[in-house]
Amino acid sequence: MIWNETKECMSRDELANLQSARLRKMVSRVYHNVEYYRKKMQQIGLEPGDIKDIEDINKLPYTTKQDLRDNYPFGLFAVPRSEIVRIHASSGTTGKATVVGYTRKDIETWQECVARILVMGGLDHDDIVQISYGYGLFTGGLGAHYGVENLGATVVPMSTGNTKKQITMMEDFGVTAICCTPSYLMYLTEALEENGMVDKIKLKKAFLGAEPWTENMRREIESRLHISAHDIYGLSEVMGPGVAGDCKFHTGLHIAEDHFYPEIIDPETLEPVKEGETGELVFTTLTKEALPLFRYRTKDLTSITYEKCECGRTSARISRFKGRSDDMLIIRGVNVFPSQVEAALLEVAETTPNYMLVVDRVNNLDTLDVLVEVEERFFSDDIGELERLSKKIAHTLQQALGIQPKVKLVEPKSIERSEGKAKRVIDKRVLD
Amino acid sequence: MITQQVSVFIENKEGRFLRVAELLKDHNINIISFSIAETEEFGMLRMVVSDPAKTVKVLKEGEYSARLTDVITVKLPNEEGTLFGLLKVIADSGNNIRYMYTSLGDDGPIVIKTTNQEDVVAALKKAGYEV
Repeated sequence: MIWNETKECMSRDELANLQSARLRKMVSRVYHNVEYYRKKMQQIGLEPGDIKDIEDINKLPYTTKQDLRDNYPFGLFAVPRSEIVRIHASSGTTGKATVVGYTRKDIETWQECVARILVMGGLDHDDIVQISYGYGLFTGGLGAHYGVENLGATVVPMSTGNTKKQITMMEDFGVTAICCTPSYLMYLTEALEENGMVDKIKLKKAFLGAEPWTENMRREIESRLHISAHDIYGLSEVMGPGVAGDCKFHTGLHIAEDHFYPEIIDPETLEPVKEGETGELVFTTLTKEALPLFRYRTKDLTSITYEKCECGRTSARISRFKGRSDDMLIIRGVNVFPSQVEAALLEVAETTPNYMLVVDRVNNLDTLDVLVEVEERFFSDDIGELERLSKKIAHTLQQALGIQPKVKLVEPKSIERSEGKAKRVIDKRVLD
Repeated sequence: MITQQVSVFIENKEGRFLRVAELLKDHNINIISFSIAETEEFGMLRMVVSDPAKTVKVLKEGEYSARLTDVITVKLPNEEGTLFGLLKVIADSGNNIRYMYTSLGDDGPIVIKTTNQEDVVAALKKAGYEV
């Protein structure tokens, strides 16, 4: 089944015409309503009239997360605040969150895109869908929720945590599909197996996102739970979950290209790469009213294909993500930059000691160990003093990162160095 | 008397104390007294050695965090009630013992770290201890 055959299966020529028309309108609206972009365009001598069709998109300036932060909270909104019906936010690297807003029409677009992906994965209005993404400022919970309601299926809004209750509801309500992070489903799978519940539940599908995962994880989840698992991708800056998702052929994630125009660029030169080559994914929002973005750099590395899929959809497909072009780590769904750790250590210790982040996955939950070398100047004959230092570092890091790390004090020079430079991150999680 | 003790930060892992002992052996340093305090992740090795300044130098060259701390060393006959007597003098002087350990040999000193070192040394001397 296809939710919106007109849009999802339109010919590439028709699609280009639609994208061109939408881009022209969007650029003109942004120019007149967002001072930040108007100035940026004026600096490079670009006028709205210079953008005639979708091919002209490369004349537009790029947007980064920093631009959103610089305009915190509502500086990039293109509509009066009174037209905003919802705010979401994601954790910021240095205190300030990245804030996004939606008009009523944006919410409609969002629920349309999510519904497309749910149908792509084989759901219909008869399904009962458990949402085990967090509800709140994070886009996962509410984003998926509205999509399921739009489809007409039944929502079980569980949010995160309380695995025992999640399993009870799943069994009692006859839940047929779940939306959550892949690591949480792995965790849930184990709990289901331990309780001998796998054959008692009616689960058939899973829509997993907000974290990088692999084909191996998909196969493992599918065989252990006897379900089919689908990838749902998105980021709050562009919209939230629903920007792209994969169909039953699992040959890449279909992008809702009538709403989000994708480009793949070389993160160094910022030039486009050839079809099929790996680069950084960039999105221009074509229809968003509240927060339209020009060429937003996602930092996610992937490749793209424009070939028609076996499922009949003509939309471009991106491959599974191959990493990031910055050093961001996603730990328990939270974005963590090593620079945040550095800043927090600086706060505690005045100058940065040598440190290393060790990320691992124990019982399918991410763990973060922060190793800190006990240099001469921190060292005291008093054990209590050292333990206080360790606790203070842990507390400061928790405040800064939003997740609880385990701090380990280690001997000086014990952290691995390559060419004199300390290695900052070891990610032991297996993501192929 | 007040002696300089060497404190070393070591991780709570196999072979760590061994490496320190090897380093000191190689530099002909004798360990007279030692103790290891343990936490979940790290340990604190404290020792009275034949040459404290050299020990710290050797350890720093070996990339350890080490430092000198003043401790009290007292000779105590290995007899009934002597430890009680010593502890009573310290308690009566109104000071608290932070840590304390004994020596490897028969006639080695007892090592004591208290809240006010000078105060305790004076009290011990007054009570006739060989400090």
